[in-house]
Amino acid sequence: MSAKHEPTAQQIKEEKLYLQLGMTEEEYERACSMIGRLPNYTETGLFSAMWSEHCSYKSSKPILRKFPTEGTRVLQGPGEGAGIVDIGDNQAVVFKLESHNSPSAIEPFIGAATGAGGIIRDVFSMGARPVALVNSMRFGDLTDARDRYLFEEAVAGIASYGNIIGIPTIAGEVQFDNSYSKRPLVNAMAVGLLNHEDIQKGVASGAGNTVMYVGAKTGRDGINGATMSSAEVKVEEKAELPVMQAGDPYLEKLLMEACLELVKSDALIGIQDMGAAGLTSSSAEMASKAGYGVEMNLDLVPQREEGMTPYEMMLSESQERMLVVVKQGREQEIIDLFTKYGLEAVAIGKVTDDKMLRLFHKGEVVTEVSADALAEDAPVYHKKSEEPAYFKEYQKMEDDEPSVESLKETLIALLQRPTIASKEWVYNQFDTQARTNTVVAPGSSSGVIRVRGTNKGLAMTADCNSRYIYLDPEMGGKIAVAEAARNLVCSGAEPIAATDCLNFGSPDKPEVFWQIEKSADGISEACRTLNAPIIGGNVSMSNEVNGVPVYPTPTIGMVGIVHNLVDVTTTVFKQAGDQIYLIGETATEFGGSELQQMLDGTISGKAPAIDLEVEARRQQELLSAIQGGLVQSATDLSEGGLAIALCEKAFGAEGLGADVKVTGSAVSALFSETQSRFLVTVKAENTKAFEKEVASAVTIGVVTDTGKIVIKDEAGDSLIDGTVEEFQSAWKGAIPCLLNCEG
Amino acid sequence: MKFAVLTFPGSSCDLDMFHAINDIVKADVECLWHTEVDLSLFDAVLIPTGAAYGDYLRPGALAKSSSVISQLQEFAASGKPVLGVGNGFQILVEAGLLPGAFLMNTSLKFRSGQAKLSVQNAETIFTSEYETGQEITLPFAHAYGNYYVDAETLAQLKDNKRIVFTYVDGNEDGSTDAIAGVLNEQGNVLGMMPLPERAVEAIIGGTDGLPLFQSILKNGSEQHVSQA
Repeated sequence: MSAKHEPTAQQIKEEKLYLQLGMTEEEYERACSMIGRLPNYTETGLFSAMWSEHCSYKSSKPILRKFPTEGTRVLQGPGEGAGIVDIGDNQAVVFKLESHNSPSAIEPFIGAATGAGGIIRDVFSMGARPVALVNSMRFGDLTDARDRYLFEEAVAGIASYGNIIGIPTIAGEVQFDNSYSKRPLVNAMAVGLLNHEDIQKGVASGAGNTVMYVGAKTGRDGINGATMSSAEVKVEEKAELPVMQAGDPYLEKLLMEACLELVKSDALIGIQDMGAAGLTSSSAEMASKAGYGVEMNLDLVPQREEGMTPYEMMLSESQERMLVVVKQGREQEIIDLFTKYGLEAVAIGKVTDDKMLRLFHKGEVVTEVSADALAEDAPVYHKKSEEPAYFKEYQKMEDDEPSVESLKETLIALLQRPTIASKEWVYNQFDTQARTNTVVAPGSSSGVIRVRGTNKGLAMTADCNSRYIYLDPEMGGKIAVAEAARNLVCSGAEPIAATDCLNFGSPDKPEVFWQIEKSADGISEACRTLNAPIIGGNVSMSNEVNGVPVYPTPTIGMVGIVHNLVDVTTTVFKQAGDQIYLIGETATEFGGSELQQMLDGTISGKAPAIDLEVEARRQQELLSAIQGGLVQSATDLSEGGLAIALCEKAFGAEGLGADVKVTGSAVSALFSETQSRFLVTVKAENTKAFEKEVASAVTIGVVTDTGKIVIKDEAGDSLIDGTVEEFQSAWKGAIPCLLNCEG
Repeated sequence: MKFAVLTFPGSSCDLDMFHAINDIVKADVECLWHTEVDLSLFDAVLIPTGAAYGDYLRPGALAKSSSVISQLQEFAASGKPVLGVGNGFQILVEAGLLPGAFLMNTSLKFRSGQAKLSVQNAETIFTSEYETGQEITLPFAHAYGNYYVDAETLAQLKDNKRIVFTYVDGNEDGSTDAIAGVLNEQGNVLGMMPLPERAVEAIIGGTDGLPLFQSILKNGSEQHVSQA
């Protein structure tokens, strides 16, 4: 294809070809008036990509402004590749959570893998060494063959990238609900470490400085990916499948090592990943952020295929590429550095002071638009928001307690629900120990790595119960943040900052936009109360299948600091004779619970309530008890309630069991999902000190060496009595069975 | 005694090995980029795990073409210790320094976890600090952990006590006779899929890998003494 086959500027206007590129009429008019003429085909493509939701956040900007983004530790908030938080000793942690949903719905292995690759680049482009990965995924409930395929392949894809590049995956969560059938969510988070002086930014400043292209060659893969990912996936229309970008973790390993060597060089001015909208977004954003312009000669761009047009080069999303700006005259050093790793580094342009993005191809100027017009001045929409009818209806419903026939059989059935069941099948495919810093591998409340050379650790987690958010987005948003913080606290860490990945349906639907707004309100309030500012994130809209949005899923990634590695605490029981404490009262709250979904096949009613002040106080008390050396094991109560948490504490604690007495109605005591509760164990000699520290802790039983779980009511009558082994085999076998038994 | 950690492009766990030797075993060690190597300056070579050359073609297959391999073959022939773990073991097999071949795990999936091993031969320069029959636990992480040797080779390995580690309770990945680690004929080249450098500190999950490095160090130092 050569440029002469491209439509003319006049044709684009008359035949409204911009509509096919995802631009509205108003947006096209806006672009025309900004540049004072009709944009040509390449320029129209640049506007369409840069003004897509994926790049511009045009619908979500007003929402994102709600988030608290500042804090004493925050060194870099939203707006760069990833946020940065101080952890002391001149070191900082860099992290961000990002989605790769649309590609994963089409080709799950490659889609999930490139998702991991993209977020790793975002972290090392800040100058940080990526040290751990976390993921958060959603799939249909595995009864459908396509959903099983999507699950198996997405897990294998995300695993392969991290495993080959040598970054351990140390935490994550997977939940299953048919709301995500054929439209999975694949969110990946990368966490990096750097010294303060190595912080880099994506800026193209200093007229005359050189713009260099480093990494893989540009091919025709992923063209228009940013626009595509901002639209609904049409699962039935195979003919329309776009070209997918494919990742190469080996190449990224080389690129990462080269870039981490590059950030030590004083020749470097700025560096940015060529992510969504590739060369376009990196060049326009770097220029716009710095208040400069960029000129590039596209003939010099390393190309994998012949005869690529400016449009194709600018909108390709080929992976493992970075744009760097270096001091004029220092180009050869950079070329030598990349050559050592077998990589190309090519000077393709320079920084100018006219704030324009100017592109040359075969001797002609093919693009000349203001960098700000593309980046900073993208349109912002205040979408219509409307409270859905279902919400009012659910709010009127009473908190009913479900009735079950056998408590023990109910417990076993819950343990086999894929959302609750052991995720060993998933995390056994991850290298969890590469880099030899993993202190707590997947399977506990959160993953923990040590910071080599110090006595500190970093705990990390990703959480979101989307059923609660669907029922009540504001309450659910608060819970998502609170749960992430709870998981860190249970590991002995103080939460320091958060990242969000807002996965929703189409923002053009007023009811969806209402969900986005309300959940953001809840998230913001919880982040303020729990001192965890949002330092960056990602928005993924239009996650719909055949017009039906997935459950609203604003996933929260959170990082905490373990001030002393001796504080690290895990879920499982440690020794017989330890007292078991329940922190927090239990109410009858089954709206959106796993039990309700299991019994009714759907969810309804109110989401569990949460009081953030109570939450914050309990977290502080528990953390201080852990730091005081008073706690043997800790876990929060989440899906499935107390009975599930108790089982999880016994699983993997060889030979140990529990003897517990609960009060009140049995079904609520065992399975209610009331928030702000924890289950911890304490050595007999520390019980007095512990009770003094944690006001709302009540002893409910003792760790035994019988290998049995025995739960009785107040009168001493047995509610549940079984061996840890029988419960554990149900829990461990569930996901492999769902994948294999259905054939 | 000076250790070399031999690093190929994609040998992502080179620093794990470096830290184990430098920080914990506290011996002299250097990471060497495969094209900038003079092995004659070293007393032992360690080949770390990872994915050299992205595991393209077959794990270890492209590393075999590196210019360092002929030096490594000479080094091995001189009788000095060479240890390859995980991907390092695969490279040693591809380079012809150890017998056998690797297949994908029988599950066709990457698998990681803790492997219970039995020390089959504690009379080697790599295992003298263990007891024969001792059970140890080491981490593993691989997609191609299914070690294969034919019946004839297996008989030779057994006759010469060259099977150094086996998996207790068999191997899910399909390794012949549950072999986890094998020696060359001379007894100075060991390849193993479990990763001893990941088990040298309690805080990261155990210390069962430590005696392996201490064995190399002790036997290497004694050799130096006897040569002196």
